Amino acid sequence: MLARYTFQRILMTIPVSIAISIVIFMIVRLLPGDPIDNLIRVGSSPAARAELVAKYGLDRSLIAQYFTWVSQMFRGDFGDAIVLRRPVADLIAQNLPYSLTLGGLAFLFSSVFGMILGTVSAMTRNPFVERFVRGFILLGSTVPGFWLALLLILLFSVQLGWFPVSGARGWDSLVLPVMTIGFGGIALVARVTRVALMDAGREDFVTLLHAKGLSRGTILRRHLLPHAMLPVVTILALRIGWILGGAVTVEFVFGRPGLGSLLIRALGQRDYPVVQGCLLMLALAVMLGTLIGDVAQAAMDPRIREAKS
Amino acid sequence: MTTRTMAARSFDAFARMSVGRAFGSTVGKIAGGFIVLLVLTAIFAPWIAPFDYAAQNLANGNTPPAWPHLLGTDEFGRDVLSRVIYGARTSLSVSGTAIAISMTVGMTLGAAAGNFGGFFERAVMTVVDLTWSFPDILIALIFVAIIGPGLTSTTFAIAIAYLAQFTRLTRAQIVRLKRETFIEATINLGAKPAHILLRHLMPNAIAPVIVVGMLAIGDGIVLEATLGFFGLGAQPPTPSWGAMMSSGTAQLFLSPWVIIFPGIVVAVTVIAVNLFGDELIRALDIRDRLRGA
Amino acid sequence: MLQVRDLGVAFGAVQPLAGVSFGIDKGETLGIVGESGSGKSLTAMSVMGLLPLIGGRITDGSMQFDGQDLTRLAEKDYRKLRGGRIGLITQNPMTSLDPLQKIGPQVDAVAVLHLGMTGAQARARTVEILGTLRIPEPALICDRYPHQMSGGMKQRIVIAMALAADPDLLIADEPTTALDVTVQAQIIRLLDDLVKQRNLALILITHDMSVVAQTCDKVVVMYAGRAIEQGPVGAIFDAPQHPYTQALIGCIPRGLADGDRIEGIPGTVPTVMNYPKGCPFHPRCDRAQPTCETVEPVLTPRGDGAVACHFPGAAP
Repeated sequence: MLARYTFQRILMTIPVSIAISIVIFMIVRLLPGDPIDNLIRVGSSPAARAELVAKYGLDRSLIAQYFTWVSQMFRGDFGDAIVLRRPVADLIAQNLPYSLTLGGLAFLFSSVFGMILGTVSAMTRNPFVERFVRGFILLGSTVPGFWLALLLILLFSVQLGWFPVSGARGWDSLVLPVMTIGFGGIALVARVTRVALMDAGREDFVTLLHAKGLSRGTILRRHLLPHAMLPVVTILALRIGWILGGAVTVEFVFGRPGLGSLLIRALGQRDYPVVQGCLLMLALAVMLGTLIGDVAQAAMDPRIREAKS
Repeated sequence: MTTRTMAARSFDAFARMSVGRAFGSTVGKIAGGFIVLLVLTAIFAPWIAPFDYAAQNLANGNTPPAWPHLLGTDEFGRDVLSRVIYGARTSLSVSGTAIAISMTVGMTLGAAAGNFGGFFERAVMTVVDLTWSFPDILIALIFVAIIGPGLTSTTFAIAIAYLAQFTRLTRAQIVRLKRETFIEATINLGAKPAHILLRHLMPNAIAPVIVVGMLAIGDGIVLEATLGFFGLGAQPPTPSWGAMMSSGTAQLFLSPWVIIFPGIVVAVTVIAVNLFGDELIRALDIRDRLRGA
Repeated sequence: MLQVRDLGVAFGAVQPLAGVSFGIDKGETLGIVGESGSGKSLTAMSVMGLLPLIGGRITDGSMQFDGQDLTRLAEKDYRKLRGGRIGLITQNPMTSLDPLQKIGPQVDAVAVLHLGMTGAQARARTVEILGTLRIPEPALICDRYPHQMSGGMKQRIVIAMALAADPDLLIADEPTTALDVTVQAQIIRLLDDLVKQRNLALILITHDMSVVAQTCDKVVVMYAGRAIEQGPVGAIFDAPQHPYTQALIGCIPRGLADGDRIEGIPGTVPTVMNYPKGCPFHPRCDRAQPTCETVEPVLTPRGDGAVACHFPGAAP
């Protein structure tokens, strides 16, 4: 049953992927000017331009161009970066591990601490703890990421000298960036966990659980938390994109290599092959995240597995 | 009674009732008060700012907060306080305009999708769902990439980034309302679809959208600051909170106040907007309606 | 076995329940009857000690259960009673079971907790109980999820959970309200059989007077959070003394011919916020006198039962 659901879900991503790839493909074509100028250095030789025209099929129809582009992608060819003059695929392969590390750690950090914080704030009877957590959640959701990054740098790197200001050498360079993204991530996860737990606690079956004589702890562990996990996992999967977004800014501020800083630099330099490649990767990550989230939800809730039709 | 009068009247009643109640609580008063203060500052900037925001005085650069430069000066000797005050204008106008556009287009799309259903609805919602899971900063970046930096593109970028949110919310409201029995009754009484949409569905759907719009202005301010920070927003010499922090990064060690104060203002503004928005939600009692988005 | 005296319950400044007293013994069925909002469910929650869950607290009275006063019982001792010696059957079976857990573990949990059984032993017991409740293929059902069952089946599962630890007292809070009429009859008969077979005490809370007439030994009639009449079922139905009881019995459609009108009681049940002063029923009573508006009647013995009325007696 779960396998069938997963299979159906994967099938559904195909039309979505096609749609996204069309959008990204069209970005370069929508720009003012000749598409060739956006794919190659200004002032290149006519021979180089002709070569590009042939490669991308720029003299053929839009649809043909799209298929050419897609087939090249499947062969691992994402075009060449204008500024750095290297295959985009290489650039991406080089930067991807950094983004994955940062994103992965930030995701783990936010999820674990967010869930703990959210559970504590939902279950505690202490009004101060509750208010503190709610204030924390508010701050985490509203403070601009890059400002927080700068503040953290100011405090921990400049004043206290505990962590390096920028770069990606060594584990200690990961601490501040993960904390920056994590701050917002924890706030989000904590808020969702808190609301989910409180909602679950109001459900009818909880009365009967108490009537059976189960202790609060048992009810929380065996019944409330599994229920609360549903919306939490949903939000986490959907907001993978958000965490990615935070990573983009943070990579830039901390001068770390990664897809995010690659993208921003490429945007500033109008290096569109790189832009396309990065966007594709990020879109892929978002879709993958949503897919995993949906499947995880189905795994946790038997009602969803069977509702699919 | 014309539809326009009815819409105007219901909006009027809504505004008075909800805003009045939101100001009732202490939190509401403080948050709402700050917002009002900010808006007034933005409007009366030329009279409030002690210095000309563009006036450079290189000899006086990078001075820490002291009289007469209450928040210090930046590397060009420009008064930080004045730049922050004028920055309020930029931030509020860009964010406000962007969200207004976003809300209008989003509501229209969402209402049409929810009302007419079928293929149109599915098509719109697929596109919307696609964009909704993307972080707002990414969408804005893409847009700016196409159009180029500047205030106009920032405005449109922000508008597009939040479009999905309004479309989803409006459609969810319309779908929810269509199921209500009173709509069924209206249809049975022979009302035309346009009439139902304007007279019955929209006024009821508006409340959560307006509140979300308010909260989105807060997000928009942060987005505008972030874009400005990347140098993709307002171009010099137009003061923008984000751009101030960007140029201040180079002087992080010398004059941290250039970064700290604009950041504090952004943070406090967004917090105030969020808190006031929460009070509005409580005053209108529509927390459950917001679960659709 | 259970003796409730002068029970009073409050939620903040509001007092929805006051002066409720009744007693029940093994093998007896006590019916608590009244319209919605009369405080029936609150009484059940009070006996179970679950008031804090919904924000209420006991203000007066005592509840003696086998020598212990439940109002003074520590929470962890109360937990041993709940599900162990006192079982609860809730109103809405559609939402009473955890949708994320299979049926089996949900029932097993009671035996594991209160009887100290292992998983396998508890499962054997669950299957056995489900069988006695006439659930087909109980072993297979244990592996199913709640949403795959019908309302009647779910209610039987709830009953199984209440019985699993062999309780002495069962409280059934409107067990059939949310079910189809045909299923209602089955469930009521099931409960009746259980009481006889296991010599249980059953408190049956309902708004349906006909059910009370068929299955209960004693009855307490509630109105606006107060017990206004109580006593043996035979006596109450043959000669009801309180105007409200008389009206309730009069509402039961019996032997109607075409064109007969169905009786109702004029007026509406008062909400907790505005319980009338004096006798709570006086605005709707056709016997009301000035005294009724100011002085609250006390439950006084009369014949085999007790009434709280200034002018009790047969209808004029």
